[in-house]
Amino acid sequence: MANDPIHQFQIQKLFTVADVGGVEIAFTNSALFMFLTVGAVAAFLYFSTAGRALVPSRWQSAAELSYEMVANMLRDGAGKEGMRFFPFVFSLFMFVLFANLFGMVPYFFTVTSHIIVTFALAILVIGTVVIYGVMHHGTHFLGLFVPKGVPLAVLPLVSAIEVISFLSRPISLSVRLFANMLAGHITLKVFAGFVGSLGALGALGIGGAILPLAMVVGLTALEFLVAFLQAYVFAILTCMYLNDALHPGH
Amino acid sequence: MAAPDDGTGGDGKGEEAALSERLRQLDARLGQKRSERQAAERGRSARGGMQGMGLAVRVSSEFAAGVLVGAALGWVVDYWAGTTPWGLIILLLLGFAAGVLNVLRALGKVAGPETRVRPGDGPRNGSGGDAGRG
Repeated sequence: MANDPIHQFQIQKLFTVADVGGVEIAFTNSALFMFLTVGAVAAFLYFSTAGRALVPSRWQSAAELSYEMVANMLRDGAGKEGMRFFPFVFSLFMFVLFANLFGMVPYFFTVTSHIIVTFALAILVIGTVVIYGVMHHGTHFLGLFVPKGVPLAVLPLVSAIEVISFLSRPISLSVRLFANMLAGHITLKVFAGFVGSLGALGALGIGGAILPLAMVVGLTALEFLVAFLQAYVFAILTCMYLNDALHPGH
Repeated sequence: MAAPDDGTGGDGKGEEAALSERLRQLDARLGQKRSERQAAERGRSARGGMQGMGLAVRVSSEFAAGVLVGAALGWVVDYWAGTTPWGLIILLLLGFAAGVLNVLRALGKVAGPETRVRPGDGPRNGSGGDAGRG
């Protein structure tokens, strides 16, 4: 059924890549759109910076703007040393942003509406934090879980809470992005479905269909905002978590 | 990663002290700037409805994640240690506490672990000295 609001999230197998131990590894529409996202980001940055004019063109300006934004975000969030993670954060931001915006194109698949994708990104962030923190600070990194000035008697309790709080970060990071994209696209589809089914009711229905149509227009604008906002939030939280790896609490 | 730092720092103690002094000043200035920006952002989010919605989604997911992780950990502990239902009960409660902590941190009411670094500490000083002073 064309009006099924969940149908847009279905993973379809395009072709089989390999067969590992009875488990089929397929190239799906999700994988295709991930490749398209990466390709679009690369093409955008390559072609917009190809001119390298002193007075930037519009495209170059857009590329420079995105660079400046992520760089400022990283400097504010993680200090000057945080800039060594700039390629990582910039790639994440651009990937999430382009994947979200790709989802806004009709008939396109929204990569970030699947929790496995966002969770993989979140694990990548937290994995980087843990590995870099342990490599750089050793056991000192565990100071993150021992707040200063806490009496020894309640320290185990506080540490346990801090550990759970730390472990909940990848969950909240991934669930936030996934839930926003999923809910937004379902809402959009449901309201668009109202337009069609009301319009089928005759003259009165067509009059009534104006209301959901206006709603869809508003929601589309909102979704563009959410697409950008979620990529921004994802990047800014990545900066905050990387800050923990760079300067764990002493 | 630590080896190259030691190599450059070994040239002169005075140079290192000057560098750490500069880093400290930068840190203080950055902290000031950051808190100003956070205050401005908070003011803006209180006004704009759209920003408020973003905040609501963020805060609720922070809270839910804390509870979920607590419950999952408790279930796993019970599964491995055979202590049903105690692990789930205790870790679920701790998860609630962690969720509340996450929310307060997201709102800036409680200092996050990253801002707890004392102003006097350079970012990458040796761990031994800190333990003595702590």
